[in-house]
Amino acid sequence: MTHHLTAGPAVSAGPAPTPAAPARRRAGTGRKWLEIALFAGPALIVFVTFVIAPVVLAGVYSLYNWNGLGPLERFIGLDNYVRALTDPLFLTAIGNNFTILIASVLIQGPLAISIALLLNRKLPGRSVIRALIFVPYVLAEVIAGLSWKLLLSPRGGVNALLEAMGLGEFTQPWLANPDIALWVMFSILTWKYLGFAILLMLAGLQGVPEELHEAAAIDGANWWQIQTRITLPLLAPTIRIWIFLSMIGSLQLFDMVWVTTKGGPVGATNTMAVYLIQYGQGQYGYGSAIAVILFVISLAVALVYQRFAMRRDLAGAVTSGVR
Amino acid sequence: MTTTLTTPAAARAARPMKRRKAFDWGQPWVYLVAAIVVVASVAPVAYIWIGGFRTTADINADPAGFPNPWSLDSYIGVLTSTRFWGSVFSSSLVGLGTTLGTVVLGVMAAFVIARYTFRGRAFLYSLFAAGLMFPLTVAALPLSVLLRDIGLQGTFIGLIIPQVAFALPVTIIILVPFLRAIPPELEEAAVIDGATRIGFFWRIMLPLSAPGLVTVGVLAFVNSWNAYLLPLLVLAAGGMPQDLWTLPLGVQQFSTQYSADTGAVLAYTSLSMLPALAFFLAAEKRIVGGLTGAVKG
Repeated sequence: MTHHLTAGPAVSAGPAPTPAAPARRRAGTGRKWLEIALFAGPALIVFVTFVIAPVVLAGVYSLYNWNGLGPLERFIGLDNYVRALTDPLFLTAIGNNFTILIASVLIQGPLAISIALLLNRKLPGRSVIRALIFVPYVLAEVIAGLSWKLLLSPRGGVNALLEAMGLGEFTQPWLANPDIALWVMFSILTWKYLGFAILLMLAGLQGVPEELHEAAAIDGANWWQIQTRITLPLLAPTIRIWIFLSMIGSLQLFDMVWVTTKGGPVGATNTMAVYLIQYGQGQYGYGSAIAVILFVISLAVALVYQRFAMRRDLAGAVTSGVR
Repeated sequence: MTTTLTTPAAARAARPMKRRKAFDWGQPWVYLVAAIVVVASVAPVAYIWIGGFRTTADINADPAGFPNPWSLDSYIGVLTSTRFWGSVFSSSLVGLGTTLGTVVLGVMAAFVIARYTFRGRAFLYSLFAAGLMFPLTVAALPLSVLLRDIGLQGTFIGLIIPQVAFALPVTIIILVPFLRAIPPELEEAAVIDGATRIGFFWRIMLPLSAPGLVTVGVLAFVNSWNAYLLPLLVLAAGGMPQDLWTLPLGVQQFSTQYSADTGAVLAYTSLSMLPALAFFLAAEKRIVGGLTGAVKG
């Protein structure tokens, strides 16, 4: 009764009913399309307006010399791109992003996998351990960064600790020394994100059936053989996903660098996103060109990786790299 | 001959299973590694918290010492300041608004993608999924121009709506398999009982997908609570009064402004950690579950 009443007006009000496929349901296709529009419409409008459109606009702005005010008039073709790709500071920033990316995959990955394998057993207190390992991930990147800035300042906790241990000659202005600043930054990032990687791996390990271990143990395999021959291959999907997340995160690194060093000293810790915000506010055309380059690089890395990962080459390389 | 050879092997094989019940000598090593990782994770945070109990003079004299004497002044100073509570208010407001918007819009769109057959459905799903590849940094500058042009820069709504937009891809990717997994028999039964599609959505779909909704809600809230770049462009650059900046912005501003008063900065930083820590530890399973679920779905 109710739907007869509502179906009537809905048909006439339905936007663009398609003549395709005879309606299986009693309610006509008009009503179906109305429901689809009402339900998916709001999300679609918000998403297109605030995600898709700005990204497309970045592509348009990047071709202009524009300070963000007034009309878009001074079309300059690809000049912004040429300027970006010939600026040594920006090239250093790209290099830094890739250094962090490679170091993350090669150092954090094996570390997280090893720790997860060790912790993947029935331990009294395991949930407490997991919760505590998760603490750095829980903090906002900004707050973690500010904490480390305090700890690593010349008169901060780390130097004081070294002095107290009699290692005074190792004290450093950690984040202000251009020779090591990038690696200090990488260490902070490792501190921040290792817990997440461990937890992700532990969650992945839950999907490896216990019976397989028992069967292998009965067949005489030792712990090491069980891990490398059974557990790691079964963990490969999780590892692949983690690598993907880690790579995208490395390429878009912003908050941590912005609050600790702003890309300094002398560009040693600069990243593409930091450069974008530093130079883009006020030079919207140039900033948009940087954004497009950042987008294209992320997309290329993602696509190349997906091809690799689908063929499972990379997963094999990573898991054997643990040895 | 054969039997004598296989016996030790069989014994060896049986041992690990027995060991698990008795005492496992591997255990101390595991605890050692666990202890190192735990200490490395927590020690810097503890330094900040304990440092908040020290006076700035005390910290300047010995940066690595314990509080001597323990002083509550810095913490009290922060807890009685309007800017701290202003920041907590803003972060909560923006976080709740973002969560609500994300869950409502997300579940509605996911419902259509999961349970309707129509031309363009696959395209709709791919469009949202592609959003994962559109990082906020890429959209940041045009987005701030757009918000300025429609008069939303410097407002909470101007922060909430784009955050909802950027949270939608993950939300929809997590929710679609969730909603699809609800058996069609339930829907048929509901229809036979006279329910409309919408009625089915309200009465059956929503209650059954509650765990998925909580997961995406937690993710949206957490991301909003920790967000920095968008608040920087929308609130800070948009002229919102400093007392109403969200926590990450507020902490950053406070630590620049009062950099000489280390004790106060430490106290402010540690108090800013608390809400997130409490929330995260309570929702740990949901967060990790949501991320891995998204990965597998």
